[in-house]
Amino acid sequence: MFVAQAEPVRITYWEKWAGFEAEAMRAVVDQFNTSQDRIVVDFVSISQIDRKLIVATAGGNPPDVAGIWFAQMSSFADRAALTPLDDFIRRDTGSEPTAWLDANYTPVFADMQRYRGRVFALISAPSTVALYWNKTAFREAGLDPEKPPRTLAELDAMSRQLTRRDPRTGALLATGFLPQEPGWFSYAYPAWFGGRLVDDDGRVALAGDPANLAAARWERGFPQTLGVDELKGFAGGFGSFASTQQAFFTGRVAMVFQGAWYDRFIARYAPGLDYGVAAWPEAAGREPGPPGQAFTVADADLLVIPRGAAHPEAAWEFIRYATSANLGATSRDELRGVELLCFGHQKPSPLKQWSPWFAANHPNPNIGVFRRLSESPRAWHVPKIGVWTEYLREYNAATQRLRLLLAEPDEAWDYVQRRVGASLERHERSVERQAGAAVAESSAAEPTEGAP
Amino acid sequence: MTATDLRRLRAGLAFTAPWIVGFAVFTLYPVVASLYFSFCDYSILQRPLWIGLENYRTLAGDDVFWISLRNTLWFAGAAVPLGTVTSLALALLLNQDVRGRAFFRTLFFLPSIVPLVASAMLWLWIFNGSSGLLNQVLAPVFALWGGAPPAWLGDPAWAKPALVLMSAWGAGHSMIIYLAGLQNVPRELYESADLDGAGAWSKFWHITLPVISPVIYFNVVMGIIGAMQVFTTAFVMTGGTDGNPARSTLFYALYLFSSAFYDLRMGYASAMAWILFLLIATLTWIATRVAARKVHYND
Repeated sequence: MFVAQAEPVRITYWEKWAGFEAEAMRAVVDQFNTSQDRIVVDFVSISQIDRKLIVATAGGNPPDVAGIWFAQMSSFADRAALTPLDDFIRRDTGSEPTAWLDANYTPVFADMQRYRGRVFALISAPSTVALYWNKTAFREAGLDPEKPPRTLAELDAMSRQLTRRDPRTGALLATGFLPQEPGWFSYAYPAWFGGRLVDDDGRVALAGDPANLAAARWERGFPQTLGVDELKGFAGGFGSFASTQQAFFTGRVAMVFQGAWYDRFIARYAPGLDYGVAAWPEAAGREPGPPGQAFTVADADLLVIPRGAAHPEAAWEFIRYATSANLGATSRDELRGVELLCFGHQKPSPLKQWSPWFAANHPNPNIGVFRRLSESPRAWHVPKIGVWTEYLREYNAATQRLRLLLAEPDEAWDYVQRRVGASLERHERSVERQAGAAVAESSAAEPTEGAP
Repeated sequence: MTATDLRRLRAGLAFTAPWIVGFAVFTLYPVVASLYFSFCDYSILQRPLWIGLENYRTLAGDDVFWISLRNTLWFAGAAVPLGTVTSLALALLLNQDVRGRAFFRTLFFLPSIVPLVASAMLWLWIFNGSSGLLNQVLAPVFALWGGAPPAWLGDPAWAKPALVLMSAWGAGHSMIIYLAGLQNVPRELYESADLDGAGAWSKFWHITLPVISPVIYFNVVMGIIGAMQVFTTAFVMTGGTDGNPARSTLFYALYLFSSAFYDLRMGYASAMAWILFLLIATLTWIATRVAARKVHYND
């Protein structure tokens, strides 16, 4: 007897990445699509995903799955733009979400997936940040190319030794380290120095903290030593990040903080560059230890189900697949889900356990450093607050004033504290107001007792 | 109304309906809605909740709002006169009977049809502090006094002037309108001025300027409206909505955009939009009042 086969459910997945990162995710999508016949994922690489996702969600027509940045999660969740995943996790794993995250993920990544006691996203590709140093520049400056700085004092001393000026004009030609080059993680410097951006109650805590002020004084020391105008001209000549003229690639800045992805950029724009990767130098007054005890910045790409998605069940099934791994993989063909993705991205897996083949054959030669950094109890991520984008903008504006010697450290941090503190209070009021309105609306919608 | 009138009315409405519907749906409704949202706690992702004047009160105490407003007024105050003088001067030169006039008109008009983002990328290189074309030219000049040219976009004191200089790049559009105005100046006025022994400056001041004053008025008003909404060049050249360096190029529209789409405060951004609307309307009204005394219409 002929039995009509049910049509597979088609779901849409918007991903922010283009280039090799998108191709790596496409491979996971293809693998998922061929692994079963009930769901077909349509993968779309999309630019400016945050804005498009907001508009699509507000319009009631979001994709079923979206790939967002970790820094966006809190803000989106506070605005009820994300579907909580807790019930899916409970149903499929039989565990409480928090316990399940703790059991499966490296602690810092487990923590990044929790927000206000719920789980709104799972990590697709994580990363940690390390110190990259240019061995050729070290050699030319008379430094041991195999010994990166282990403390902040060593970083500063080496940076001075790596600084070269034009003997005729005095113009800067090269230096060891510049906080603003490329400056992607300058928001982490206070935490690196042992300070914090928010306190345990989630309030802004930038001003007044001695460690935060020490970080600001350290940043301000660079223009004081090298010269504000000299630095403007010097930094103005750097090429863009994805170019052969990037400062690290040309040897103009010998040390930078970058993530696991940087290896691919070096291979593309500076093939043959002699470089090394190490933990962040110790800046919080502790004895320098191995990467597994060092400070680092952890970040992650997340998969979410936007509110109002047409097929949340199918979306969850895909997310579950894309964020799990075949821990018994013995070849590239057997890599599955998150390991296949991280293999393509050249990033570490967020899971505690890695398949032996993934660990042994990872294309990033320094993956061991990034894995140990992610396991460090001092691995740090940006605060999970709903106004992080504004905090970051204020922080960056303040550090620019420090670097231009337009503000003193306490003045700069007080200003950020005041502005972001007030903004966070407004945000929390708004979240409460919206929650109250939602409760009132649902109460009004429920039939009253005794009603027909 | 006769049957013919009614038929004509129906036909007229039918022909204009696409525009009327488009205007109502895509312009009128958003404008009215934004006025309502400006009194609401609204993130776009949740329903708007009425909060009265809170957005406007918060704006009054928002330092960055005032910084962005000051930067924008500074930019408009410099860019509009510079653009007016540049485009008028070009139009006067290209109105002369010289060889290759058509070629030069095309040449000077071309930059205004280059997409803004492409122009901005080009000017990023021109303003590059160490290897930019402008500083390659200026460096030997500054060296005569033992100095160095500014870092332009890397220096908070020079970033806004750099964007003002770049804004003159698009003068070709106004130039074409001035050229059209110049060609409408009656020749007999110049001929009678010649008979009276008037010089070039006198003819320009007493004939050309008064006759093309409506064109100047139009270009100045359009220039003010455009300058108050400056966005693209700053967005591309000075770090998105950050207004680098040190917020020296943080313009009003950039702050509005970041409030709406990065901070998800659409109600707050709507309040900003309405304040900008009132500001532009006021500036236009002032320009019109001034024009009432200075602009001469041929009627």
